[in-house]
Amino acid sequence: QNVSVEVLDHLEHLALVDFRDWEGVERLQKAIQFADQLHQVNTDGVEPMDSVLEDRCLYLREDDVTEGNCTKELLENAREKVEEYFVAPPGNIPLPKLEERDTFLQGS
Amino acid sequence: AALKALLRSQVSAALKEGRVTPTELCQRCLALIKSTKFLNAYITVAEETALKQAEESEERYKRGQPLGILDGIPVAVKDNFNTAGIETTCASNMLKGYISPYNATVVQKLLDHGAVLLGKTNLDEFAMGSGSTDGVFGPVRNPWSYSKQYKEKSVSKSHSEDEESNWVITGGSSGGSAAAVSSFTCFAALGSDTGGSTRNPAAHCGVVGLKPTYGLISRHGLIPLVNSMDVPGILTRCVDDAAVLLGSLAGHDPKDSTTIQDDFKPFELPNLTDVSKLSIGIPKEYHAPGLSSEILALWSKAADLFKNAGAKVVEVSLPHTCYSIVCYHVLCTAEVASNMARFDGLEYGHRSDMKDSTESMYAATRREGFNDVVRGRILSGNYFLLKQNYEKYFVKAQKVRRLIANDFVKVFRSGVDILLTPTTLSDAAPYTEFIQEDNRTRSAQDDILTQAANMAGLPAINVPTALSERGLPVGLQFIGRSFQEKQLLTVAKWFEKQVQFPVIQLEEVKRHESGVFQHQKSASSS
Repeated sequence: QNVSVEVLDHLEHLALVDFRDWEGVERLQKAIQFADQLHQVNTDGVEPMDSVLEDRCLYLREDDVTEGNCTKELLENAREKVEEYFVAPPGNIPLPKLEERDTFLQGS
Repeated sequence: AALKALLRSQVSAALKEGRVTPTELCQRCLALIKSTKFLNAYITVAEETALKQAEESEERYKRGQPLGILDGIPVAVKDNFNTAGIETTCASNMLKGYISPYNATVVQKLLDHGAVLLGKTNLDEFAMGSGSTDGVFGPVRNPWSYSKQYKEKSVSKSHSEDEESNWVITGGSSGGSAAAVSSFTCFAALGSDTGGSTRNPAAHCGVVGLKPTYGLISRHGLIPLVNSMDVPGILTRCVDDAAVLLGSLAGHDPKDSTTIQDDFKPFELPNLTDVSKLSIGIPKEYHAPGLSSEILALWSKAADLFKNAGAKVVEVSLPHTCYSIVCYHVLCTAEVASNMARFDGLEYGHRSDMKDSTESMYAATRREGFNDVVRGRILSGNYFLLKQNYEKYFVKAQKVRRLIANDFVKVFRSGVDILLTPTTLSDAAPYTEFIQEDNRTRSAQDDILTQAANMAGLPAINVPTALSERGLPVGLQFIGRSFQEKQLLTVAKWFEKQVQFPVIQLEEVKRHESGVFQHQKSASSS
């Protein structure tokens, strides 16, 4: 069963990376096929495991400020900045729909 | 001679007694790095800072106040650990030029112990891969490709043709670190291990590769792949050295809440002579399809070794082994999809010129910054995490993970102390052969024997065992109980002593060494 173009498009939106070409889509198909083997295992009554350290309590420290004041260092690695702000292009503009986007999925 | 020396037994003593100085050691390593540049093991060589650290170490030795065994010892760090002031790239365009503002905890610990950081080593992009072939700086070459042992065994038409087309991979993803240790450019290196990324290249490069128990060593500063499985890995030339490194790195870190809070006491490894109280388990499912007959024979021989020495050797079963690679595939891609979301170009790393909107800028940045492998895993991960797939794939995989972890619990509860398994299916493949299959296929094949230990969070170590018929290293893996590194390493050390794995005979190194080390030789023999 192939993955539909709608789902592929949806994935490109969620992940904000592109399939780029048929190879990319093939890769996903193969990955799903591979993962389907999981269904051969009987997991009735088995609890999902989040962490191998589930029997222990995570360390939580006191809610006190112990470090910071490193604005300059943190801004150093950003390409676009103004004073102490990271500058982003305008938000709240959704990615263009499939028909309008420059994606290889358009042809499908 | 100095570079080939083992850390604990020889170099440390030499430094203390003044037979060699930290600056000399550092300079030689740096020179060797230059002459072995063709291996492509290093992405960044931090020459200036290394020499400065070496000088500071020398001062401490002069005052008779070295910080410990690691003081003045040159080490290398895989390029997915943050290092303050030194570029950290993860072998990806996404982080090219990224200068970290802080040191990963393990890096800081090494520096606090006086170690000299020579540079950052090469890897598969974002540690995704089992060959160290998929990074933007190119593949790493296995030093054994240039060894006398390999050259003697290869069917050669002409000497130069061999070197260029016959070179073998290091394995991955910590291939650069493994190659660095194997070629004597450093005494120890840090790798990372999520599915076998430290043990796999260790096996192919003939070095010791230790994957510690999950929760023992801090992951703060290690650029994450799979938060529930990643651990920093240790690569050294002998088991004793691995114990030294472990001693300086393990322990609770308030900056990584997944490190356990138990007190960790560094230990020296005893020289085990009596193995009669030991119970070694041989998991039959690790006789995986594709396991070379050579390695099978070696594994068998090793089991006999223990038996003849009086240990109890039993066949055991880890029934869900065959599903571990599938389970890993789902959990890994899912966690990767989440972890890679931070790379959007806004605060650090590569940023696209696209300005139309935030989302389109993110999308363009990620298009440009990630290679096929990374993008593929992100997309797969997102697929498995879709609402309609979440239960079917992600939660299902988490359940299978518990079954895998329980397999180990049952076996250890039955009285087995240590498991003995192969580390890889075969010796290192030639690069031209390796790249015939894509990254995912290769990873699925190569991780099969190492991966389950990451699922269960158990400590595991590769010990170089023998040379294959092609003259390349083959290693065997020991898997221990959670947080029982001392027992694991003690057994590994005993085994290492029994097998007497040969030293690599690198002709380049020999030529280089004989010129520079003449005075060193005479100094140590007086």
